[in-house]
Amino acid sequence: MDNATTNELAVQLADVNKWYGEFHVLKDINLDVTPGERIVICGPSGSGKSTMIRCINRLEEHQKGKIIVNGIELTEDLKRIDEVRREVGMCFQHFNLFPHLTVLENCTLAPIWVRKMPKKEADEIAMHYLERVKIPEQADKFPGQLSGGQQQRVAIARSLCMSPKIMLFDEPTSALDPEMIKEVLDVMVELAEEGMTMLCVTHEMGFAKLVANRVIFMDAGQIVEENEPHEFFDNPQNDRTKLFLSQILNH
Amino acid sequence: MKNFTLLPDMPAPIVARGIVGWFRKNLFSTPWNSVLSVIVIYVLYSLLVPVLDWAIFSAVFTGADKSACEGTDGACWAFIGNRLDIFIYGSYPAEEYWRLKICFALLLLSFGPQFFDKFPYKMPVGVFSLTAFPVICYFLISGGSFGLVDVEPERWGGMALTLMLAYVGIVAALPIGVVLALGRRSEMPVIRTFCIGFIEMWRGVPLISVLFMSSVMLPLFLPDGMNFDKLLRALIGITMFQSAYMAEVIRGGLQAIPRGQYEAAKALGLSYWKSMGLIILPQALKLVIPGIVNTFIALFKDTTLVLIIGLLDILATVQAAITDPAWGAVGTEGYVFAAACFWVFCFSMSRYSQHLEQKLHRGHKR
Repeated sequence: MDNATTNELAVQLADVNKWYGEFHVLKDINLDVTPGERIVICGPSGSGKSTMIRCINRLEEHQKGKIIVNGIELTEDLKRIDEVRREVGMCFQHFNLFPHLTVLENCTLAPIWVRKMPKKEADEIAMHYLERVKIPEQADKFPGQLSGGQQQRVAIARSLCMSPKIMLFDEPTSALDPEMIKEVLDVMVELAEEGMTMLCVTHEMGFAKLVANRVIFMDAGQIVEENEPHEFFDNPQNDRTKLFLSQILNH
Repeated sequence: MKNFTLLPDMPAPIVARGIVGWFRKNLFSTPWNSVLSVIVIYVLYSLLVPVLDWAIFSAVFTGADKSACEGTDGACWAFIGNRLDIFIYGSYPAEEYWRLKICFALLLLSFGPQFFDKFPYKMPVGVFSLTAFPVICYFLISGGSFGLVDVEPERWGGMALTLMLAYVGIVAALPIGVVLALGRRSEMPVIRTFCIGFIEMWRGVPLISVLFMSSVMLPLFLPDGMNFDKLLRALIGITMFQSAYMAEVIRGGLQAIPRGQYEAAKALGLSYWKSMGLIILPQALKLVIPGIVNTFIALFKDTTLVLIIGLLDILATVQAAITDPAWGAVGTEGYVFAAACFWVFCFSMSRYSQHLEQKLHRGHKR
């Protein structure tokens, strides 16, 4: 904890740059997220939006700039990285549940092994969150036996079991059938209403309008535009944003 | 209006049922099939009858020397019965056989229960068979402590030696293979290079030359007076050799695990070793059970090569016994017996692996 300003921010990205080999994926990204803020990140594919949020829990390394999460700067230091990851939950496009463990074991694994929680307590917490995502009855099944929407809700419950301060969502509904998108979004909306700090990469514009404090539009590794949702959708400032919005909204 | 009435179930016509139906369907469905079936049945008959006659009907099962087997065309199993002790215990002193018997019994008790799903103490028994069991056996067999007579390793042999080599090889090669496989995928260049070098070196030489080197060349490089046991050197050679193979089998499994699994484990804050131990390896090892057991079986059979450095495993004791003039020409019987012994162990390993695959499969069932 260096000073008061970093303490106040949940996530701070300052002049973050990243390259994949020669390819410059992230260019001078600056982003401050205050606790409780809900941010939706959108943009065309390949714009670096997933890479950006994956930098926040260091699934990707940035090569230049500064990333500070909950007052901890991300560096090579593995201890700090694990410390950040404990407090930052993440949901993936393809859920990435552990197929060899039951739903309940998926949820209790990290609390037991990372937080050293007794098994009984971890089970109780897991059941609590499984109830919140409305699938307590599936606790003893294996992930392969569930539908995509159910799997994604388990993945959300799994992250919540670590009681994270920040949740990252990397296109959580892109791999789902239209009917299942709603059940996942409902859970996310509920989470947002409870005041969770959230960064979501998604193209669900209805969700953005409903819960986001801020919408960020990225293209070619840069933040093109950011605004509160109504302004963003009704009155986009940048031509690139206008083009993108016309393409995704006029269907 | 017509009423719908259920027709009673009728038995199927005789041609489709029972043995007759099976024969018609599988062996005589077309004229060409019938001809083939008749030929195959004839060939099988003409092969099986003499084999069974040799192995069972004309065979001699008891007797003390070759006079018992004179005047018959059948197998002289009396020879096997007469030499069974040597085949099993090697030249271990007969009055100390009970020590090996205890080891065999422990082996059976510690691995037998793993075949039964309902057995409640699998975990402790499994841990016992991997930790305490080899230690107990070592002290029992070698003696020299706890008031037991010292039996030097030169006298260990037969089936006992084969099992010893195979057991230590299997139990040590798997964890070393896991570490090597992880090391080969490590992001640290020093570790990666070392593991690649190790694996490629051991895979690139024949086991025979490894054994030769361990028994003949290694002592030349060691300082005088430092001369550790030949059996131990062979064991190390076999273990290193097989762990290189094992590492590649396991690496195949590691590569089959999607990147998302690694990322999910990382994102939850699991450390490298925890995510490997809890997430990646359980899935990867399960995927490559057939390959692992394949390597185990190869290892088990490769132990016979130790006879070239003068260790007398079961095959070597059989080979020595068939040259005994007291028994005449009993080579076939001896080799059939040795082959049968190997087959029993290899087949049990194969069955156990299938059992394990089935048991662990449920996690992925859709």
